[in-house]
Amino acid sequence: MADLTHLIAEAEADFINSASMNDLEIAKAKYLGKSGSLTDALKGLGKLSAEERPAAGAAINVVKQAIEAALTARRESLLNAEQAKQLAQESIDVTLPARAQSQGGLHPVTLTLKRVEQLFHSIGFEVATGPEIETDFYNFTALNIPEDHPARAMHDTFYIDEANVLRTHTSPVQARYMENALKNNQTPPFKIIAPGRVYRVDSDATHSPMFHQVEGLWVDEDISFANLKGVVQDFLQKFFERDDLTVRFRPSFFPFTEPSAEMDMSWNGGWLEIGGCGMVHPEVFKHVNIDSEKYRGFAFGLGIERLTMLRYGVNDLRHFFNNDLRFLSQFK
Amino acid sequence: MQFSENWLRSLVDTDLDSQSLSHALTMAGLEVEEMQPVAAAFNKVVVAKILSAEKHPDADRLQVCKVDVGLAEPLQIVCGAANARAGLIAPCAMVGAELPGISIKQAKVRGVESFGMMCSSKELGISAEAAGLLELDSDAVVGQDIREYLDLNDHLFTLKLTPNRSDCLSLNGIARDVAAITGAQTRFNAIAPVAAEHAQAKNVVVKESTVCPRYCGRLISGINTAVATPAWMVKRLERSGLRSISVVVDITNYVLLELGQPMHAFDAAKLNGDINVRFANAGESIALLNDQLIELKADDLVIADANGALALAGVMGGKPSAVGDGTTDIFLESAFFTPAVIAGKARRLGFSSDSSYRFERGVDFGNTRNALEYATSLIKTLCGGQVGPVTEVLATLPARDAVKLRMSRLVSVLGISLTQQKVAQLLTQLGFEFDCTNDVFTVVPPSYRFDITIEEDLIEEVARLHGYDHIPAIAPVAGLNMLAAPEQHLHLNQLRDSLVSAGYQEVVTYSFVDESWERDLIGNPTPIKLKNPIASNLSVMRTSLWGGLLDVLTYNLNRKQERAYLFEIGAVYQQQAGTYQETTRVSGLAYGSAKPEQWAAANTEIDFFDVKAHVNSLVGADGLHKQVSYEKAEHCALHPGQTAKILLNGKAIGWLGKLHPKWQQHYDLAKSTYVFELEVDAIVARPLPAYQEVSKLLPVRRDLAIVLDENIAVQTVLSAIHEENIALIADVALFDLYQGKGVPENKKSLALSVLMHDTQKTLTDSDADTAIANLLQLLQIKFDAVLRN
Repeated sequence: MADLTHLIAEAEADFINSASMNDLEIAKAKYLGKSGSLTDALKGLGKLSAEERPAAGAAINVVKQAIEAALTARRESLLNAEQAKQLAQESIDVTLPARAQSQGGLHPVTLTLKRVEQLFHSIGFEVATGPEIETDFYNFTALNIPEDHPARAMHDTFYIDEANVLRTHTSPVQARYMENALKNNQTPPFKIIAPGRVYRVDSDATHSPMFHQVEGLWVDEDISFANLKGVVQDFLQKFFERDDLTVRFRPSFFPFTEPSAEMDMSWNGGWLEIGGCGMVHPEVFKHVNIDSEKYRGFAFGLGIERLTMLRYGVNDLRHFFNNDLRFLSQFK
Repeated sequence: MQFSENWLRSLVDTDLDSQSLSHALTMAGLEVEEMQPVAAAFNKVVVAKILSAEKHPDADRLQVCKVDVGLAEPLQIVCGAANARAGLIAPCAMVGAELPGISIKQAKVRGVESFGMMCSSKELGISAEAAGLLELDSDAVVGQDIREYLDLNDHLFTLKLTPNRSDCLSLNGIARDVAAITGAQTRFNAIAPVAAEHAQAKNVVVKESTVCPRYCGRLISGINTAVATPAWMVKRLERSGLRSISVVVDITNYVLLELGQPMHAFDAAKLNGDINVRFANAGESIALLNDQLIELKADDLVIADANGALALAGVMGGKPSAVGDGTTDIFLESAFFTPAVIAGKARRLGFSSDSSYRFERGVDFGNTRNALEYATSLIKTLCGGQVGPVTEVLATLPARDAVKLRMSRLVSVLGISLTQQKVAQLLTQLGFEFDCTNDVFTVVPPSYRFDITIEEDLIEEVARLHGYDHIPAIAPVAGLNMLAAPEQHLHLNQLRDSLVSAGYQEVVTYSFVDESWERDLIGNPTPIKLKNPIASNLSVMRTSLWGGLLDVLTYNLNRKQERAYLFEIGAVYQQQAGTYQETTRVSGLAYGSAKPEQWAAANTEIDFFDVKAHVNSLVGADGLHKQVSYEKAEHCALHPGQTAKILLNGKAIGWLGKLHPKWQQHYDLAKSTYVFELEVDAIVARPLPAYQEVSKLLPVRRDLAIVLDENIAVQTVLSAIHEENIALIADVALFDLYQGKGVPENKKSLALSVLMHDTQKTLTDSDADTAIANLLQLLQIKFDAVLRN
């Protein structure tokens, strides 16, 4: 039997020269295929005597194993190369912009209303609503502003007809809420906020004929003016996330509260007017049949656009209603 | 209310400086809206007299003046003012003076030495404009500091008074409150009755004594109305914002300002017979001082004589009986009219007068006669004349009922503790009469306060004087109860979030819109109209939010935006049989490409089905609200072939569609625009999720294509299958729609995936075959549909 060990080197060379899996398969066939050199050699074993056969067989096996090992090694190497090539091909520029989806946003007034609701909700205030086309009665009379009262001149009112107006403030919701609650046999404590649109006949750089207010009302047996100050100050501190912020009350006049106050907030070393407030006037309680000897309450009204402007540094009220997308998209 | 600080200080002895005084007033509820110095800051300006004025040798428009400034030698000053002349007395800024923007130095003007500057009122910061030097009166003392001479160390205070504080609509009233706040003493001008010098008097008949419970008048004859109003009075009037008119009018205005009592002077020669205070007669009219000729109404109170109405009581005098140049005898009136009879009268005529403003808020009825005496003495001093006796008609004045103030109530309302002594002290400072027994004060409000009728009014007064600043901020103590958290009712913010994640930007537009939007775009000929719109294009209440959204769209397209997805949540307003209804709508608009322009996706325009997907997720059609359906419909704003009415459980809840091409053209929109609008109440209600058995067995899917008439709406087909509830068929979905080669004309092919499952056993092929056969049979019967080959 001829020495076959030279086949190892030849196969190794052939395998290395195979640049692809396909070439490698052809090279493999040359040695291990049906008519490959080793296959032939194995077939030749039959011609040998029984004594010669084991040694010759073992020698062929050694060569075969070596060739198979070389084949496996080459296969792996080719596979790795192919994978590397594929990975290289699949590589992308990860710095390309993302596939863009539209992302909308909320109006800044909504952002403020959300915060206001969230903060008051956290101490148990519910949201109440009322109509924007309001009767003269709820907008004025029920709030202790009778016809021809000079206080009506403080409200530049849009009229729909003799008996209906566009509400000039969110305060009518106070009266409506209390009236309804009592009708449904609910009794104080009442803790509500009433956010919404209000209207005044006024339009210039600092006034919009439509704007937003939030009304707050807390009626209970033991609610005081000092509590009003406490709640408003707490709210403003949390809203602006400023613990050092303080509230100053100034005597004022609203027919539906007594005592009444303007609320000023400390801001950049000065004071900013932020809304009106006071203790619910006994006449208002009388209109809705609440015993003002037993119950007291406070009410306040805050301007939402004002809070928004201060919170986000907006310097012009008109931005809110021009709806320029370059402005609105800043609040996404 | 505007006034001079120095005038106020002449009436109350306070040592607060201007800033502190302003702060004290504001913190006591008399808000100082503005505090302006009457002149700019400057110094070394004196009263000077031009002794001579010679033409400058080298300049046509300049004069070289010799000016006496009270020094030993006159100064040589070059002056360019046209009115500079020998004998003129005018302000002169000396060398070293600092004026606004100028420092006065010795200088050579065109070669001539000049030792100061003659000044105009503009240069002293007294007025915004001036023509020439400020000409001073001949009595001015040369050399006197001009600030002293013109009383320029003064401020103009402007108070923003609340309607309840009519008592502060006068200098005396403000002085009285300053005294109350600070504990200072008032020093009001003493008023003494002026003795009658003749016996002539007008008979006064007050027919309406309930609304005019006090009327005082007197005749003053032989007065000289030609005298000039003295400078000190003109100055005080001007610093209160009133122009000097004539001496008698100026005096009545002066008394109005100092005492708060509106006065009126009639030309006595033009009066005929008795003075009557009555309501206007039918058909009566009057020519007012402001040249308005008005038809009087039955509730207008008038001052009349035998010939008719002379004045609209408490509002304005009449022109014919006004004091004029030739007047020598006057009838001077000082009266009290109740707020109720004056309220609204001026407003009805479209103006407000100083008189009506005060009467409708409340004038001190304790001071009516005093004011008349004060005005009389001023007239006598300034205009001469002989004074007649006072005619006074007095009926029942407004009651000042005692008001109780319980210490316990005071403490509980304010939430602070005050001692009884402290409260007594504050009430004393206010000048209120009171006594106190068992911790209850009984207070009688003074005649000048119209705002003290209940306990709370007194609590406010006490708090005001104690200082709102001294009321601490205290968190309330209350029981803890959780709030309801309804799960079957979405918060509006959840709707907002849905649209925001679909790419829509929230906007807020006006609730009042252009009438044409309602009429033409929305098809509503009868919107709710405002009686007094702020502008003609904001005159009606909207019944749809689309007009506002389109307006915002064009606003932004004009600013080079190419893509806009917008939404708004807000009310719409309808009228039905005289009542007004408001419902909340959510409305959206989409314009431009389906996705933002980018490298990673083709730039396709948005279409109906993109927006339909947004609407579906908004209403929950892919989740708990499977009963949402769409049906072809028409709307005047929308493309007739691309309009859907949106239904929930068969009930219409909104619209979705493409903007009609005529509107696209109207708004000059380059691309198609899609809009939708839904009733919020209908879509915020969501069913609570209810568990259903999840099958352990796997479903079987079969796909089939059917061919049917192209006009049959796909939803009709899917709904029919759903309603038939064919055994084993769990869900049928459309995955392809085809028309063209291989499908007959006027037909379409629908590719359906059919999902089947049985919760009890594994499905066999023959089970599935039966179900599909049932399905095909249904489609054949209902829609004449056949299986596509």
